[in-house]
Amino acid sequence: MTNAEAVERLRAELGARIQGVDEFRGETTVRIELSAIEEAAKLLKKAGYRTLVDLTPIDHWGEEPRFEMIYHFFALDSGMFLRLKGRVGGEEPLVPSLSAVYGTANWQEREAFDMMGVRFSGHPDLRRILMWEEYPFFPLRKDFPLEGQASDAGGVAFSRPAPMDGGPFVTQPAEESGRREPRAHPADGLQEENL
Amino acid sequence: MRQTQELSYNSKIEGDVVLTTVDSAINWMRKNSIWPMPMGLACCAIELMAASCARFDIARFGAEVMRFSPRQADLMVVAGTVTYKMAYAVKRIYDQMPEPKWVIAMGACASSGGMYRSYAVLQGIDRLLPVDVYISGCPPRPEAFVDGLLRIQAKIDGEPALRRLKQVA
Repeated sequence: MTNAEAVERLRAELGARIQGVDEFRGETTVRIELSAIEEAAKLLKKAGYRTLVDLTPIDHWGEEPRFEMIYHFFALDSGMFLRLKGRVGGEEPLVPSLSAVYGTANWQEREAFDMMGVRFSGHPDLRRILMWEEYPFFPLRKDFPLEGQASDAGGVAFSRPAPMDGGPFVTQPAEESGRREPRAHPADGLQEENL
Repeated sequence: MRQTQELSYNSKIEGDVVLTTVDSAINWMRKNSIWPMPMGLACCAIELMAASCARFDIARFGAEVMRFSPRQADLMVVAGTVTYKMAYAVKRIYDQMPEPKWVIAMGACASSGGMYRSYAVLQGIDRLLPVDVYISGCPPRPEAFVDGLLRIQAKIDGEPALRRLKQVA
């Protein structure tokens, strides 16, 4: 089934919970209300999108709703990727789990929980997967400092902030190789360039 | 490197008598039969494996007996990135090694955290273990590891082995 057909079917079944469809350079993105994500996943799996390639949250810090979930599905017969995404807010965002539909979602959702603190309702085993169980932070959130934070979990593990010494260090394009070396970049200059 | 008088078979004596001190005899035995514990945690471990293979051959220095049990090893080679999750495991393994024991921090990560100025990486294994020799490089070439091994040997050679033994007893 092609992406266009799949989008049609999603629209027919989920109606207004499909918030929009974007096309960019041949990639299809379906914006969806996350309460319908499990239903959508079941439909897609039946429609030939048998692989959940990737599942990841994004932290849009400063915006509300703050988090955005992104799912990539792949259909082997048409060779097409389909992207679903939807926003979720709050300090402890809660999203329906896909682990009952796609087995691979189990560990991917554990990673999303571990790094970003997104919780998944209906997940059979929502534990941290990379950091140790007692780690108190969600390190990939935008308000988590790059150098980390101190924590102690008895005899299990500990962490300390890393010395940044003027970093993070960035490379800049330059003719002379010496000027391409990584060096501390004034934050103002960085922002100007990204405007 | 400290200059030492090498103890070796002297063909002029042609007998069974060697005169030496207990210290240098013990040290000579220790330094030429280092049993390394390969604490391989990242890409440095690949260079460590290369160092133990035929081309670089640390068997020339008596250190070819890689032991994967800490209880049979006396040199821990921390080769690679030590994450905070792994840090206490490395320490526990080190604690299980019998005395006397030595530690090599192999490569930038084990020495200082390397390029990982990050929430997840211990900024140098010397924050948990007493490191004897640091080897620079990312990863170091096997020659650099062999050099580190020779420095450990030189260090062992200078130790007051007998006094240490008495202290323990």
